[in-house]
Amino acid sequence: MGDPLLALDDLAVHFKVGSTLGGGVHTLKAVDGVTLDVKPGECLGLVGESGCGKSTLALAIMGLVPPTRGHINLDGRDLMQRERLETARTVQMVFQDPYASLNPRQTVRRTLADPLRIHGVSDKAEVEARVVDMMAKVGLRPEHADRYPHEFSGGQRQRIGIARALILKPKLVICDEPVSALDVSIRAQIINLLLELKDELGLAYIMISHDLGVVEHVSDRVAVMYLGRIVEQGGWQEIFENPRHPYTRALIAAIPDPFHRAAVSARAKAKGEIPSALNPPPGCHFHPRCPLKADICVAQAPPLEAVAAGHRAACHFRDRRD
Amino acid sequence: MSTDPLLEVDGLRIALTSGGTTYNAAEDVSFEIGRGEAFGLVGESGCGKSITALAVMGLLKRPLSLAGGRIVLDGEEIQKASPARMRELRGSRIGMIFQEPMTALNPLSPVGRQIAEMFVLHQKAGWSEAMDRAEEALRQVRVPSPARRIKDYPHQLSGGMRQRVMIAIALACSPELLIADEPTTALDVTVQAEIIDLMAELCAAKGTAILMISHDLGLVANMCRRVAVMYAGRIVEAQPAEAIFATPQHPYTQGLVNSLPRLGERSRRGQQKLREIAGVVPSIQAYPSGCRFNPRCPRATEVCLTTPPAITPLPAANSAEALVRCHHHG
Repeated sequence: MGDPLLALDDLAVHFKVGSTLGGGVHTLKAVDGVTLDVKPGECLGLVGESGCGKSTLALAIMGLVPPTRGHINLDGRDLMQRERLETARTVQMVFQDPYASLNPRQTVRRTLADPLRIHGVSDKAEVEARVVDMMAKVGLRPEHADRYPHEFSGGQRQRIGIARALILKPKLVICDEPVSALDVSIRAQIINLLLELKDELGLAYIMISHDLGVVEHVSDRVAVMYLGRIVEQGGWQEIFENPRHPYTRALIAAIPDPFHRAAVSARAKAKGEIPSALNPPPGCHFHPRCPLKADICVAQAPPLEAVAAGHRAACHFRDRRD
Repeated sequence: MSTDPLLEVDGLRIALTSGGTTYNAAEDVSFEIGRGEAFGLVGESGCGKSITALAVMGLLKRPLSLAGGRIVLDGEEIQKASPARMRELRGSRIGMIFQEPMTALNPLSPVGRQIAEMFVLHQKAGWSEAMDRAEEALRQVRVPSPARRIKDYPHQLSGGMRQRVMIAIALACSPELLIADEPTTALDVTVQAEIIDLMAELCAAKGTAILMISHDLGLVANMCRRVAVMYAGRIVEAQPAEAIFATPQHPYTQGLVNSLPRLGERSRRGQQKLREIAGVVPSIQAYPSGCRFNPRCPRATEVCLTTPPAITPLPAANSAEALVRCHHHG
């Protein structure tokens, strides 16, 4: 198997919110004890709803928020010991909104050339060659180089965003909801492009999405997050065809695809809404919404335990199938 | 359905005036919704689905205007109705739910009062009676502890709770038609499933017809009996919900159904790659002549470039049930 490209060990990111003057200071446990790894060339799908901590996890891996506890090992070295620029050459990010994440006053050429210059590529001919090459890889034409973001459609802007992420030849790319802001008829183009680039360049991805269909198509392995914790992880087929955590089943049951549903009954749907991460329920965070809830779920947080090779679930009833 | 539909939209044309030029943002849009029937209108951003709903509600604002066609609600031609008459109809006979409940609710008024207002305005109830009925309405949409919640302001509620309040307002006066424009797009997926189930259940219980607008084909097909697909201002296909997925007839619908990353598809097809639709959605300033899908269509021929296809009823189905707008459908 070889060494993982990224290894998270009991990673926690807590924020202090509130004020000492009124109301008191509270701790928001955005990420609370996550252990995960990503191998070179692998795509890890990260699924969860708003407030589950998936974006904070991404920021921590990028080195943009410091961990409260635990370690991030990137490409063999602890993230805290790495230079910022060195980290940026290893891990890059593709953002959800291609309208907000590009500088409106920079041409495509400038957007792609700036990172190269910042990272010490001084030869003008080389910069130009790499920009042209990268544009071709993401399906942009050479004449697009001198245009500004507003001259492009949403799908083309996302291609620029992908080119920017890849121009420094990173080994890991974090894609945060890369297609959810795009028109439905454009999404397949961008997903296929990401899959092609992964094979061609040997990239590893962390694909963050709430769209299970997208995650199933692109992922080798999948991790499901709920209120700061991983509740289930495993190979994509295991997760989608034999989900063991009631929250994973609830996510699958929530997909409105009436004539085409996976083997999950409508009874698996979750009740109510996601509690605030500031004041998560005790024990298993999912218990107030869970159809399998019992006394032990309120008393004890279930550990993430193996149910099959490479497949783990954090549920007291991980062997129940109803 | 019955020969007497609840809502009939016939040849609707909506004009967009921009910089002295007038474009047709929607044209030749025709559909019928029967009493108690759930009907879905699906399409991508800019296809004209939301403005069609706005036209039915009489809420088109400049630069948009109604340029032709008829909108008949229960025998009354409402495209000619006065603003006062439309205000009467909205709320009492047509209920509305919008995408973002935070912007649709009044931030300065407790939610109970906003529900009660419906009974006061449309049913001449007194305020104290109306507040009691608002509490009951909140209970119906399953907001926990409604007696306490009626005093809450919108910002004190979660997104899902706010959308429940919107549903309570929309259904307060038991309208015959509920128009829901992307009602769950701003919500998390597990919350979305609950809200959709709630809407469907309440409408079925009250016999309310639904016009559901969404970009999500699966969501609409799940909820509606019939679905129409819009592309670049025109309805390109309408079929019963199952048939849209099973036997789509228009190349655009076919492309859409095939390109969706549906759960289970990767195992079934043994392939990661999705079948994509080439090209981009045209902008309104540059709609292609002939069939507007022709630059992206695998079946386009000479006639598609020059002649807009007419609406064709599909054989083996009632003409009002299934139709397609394509020279080479099937």
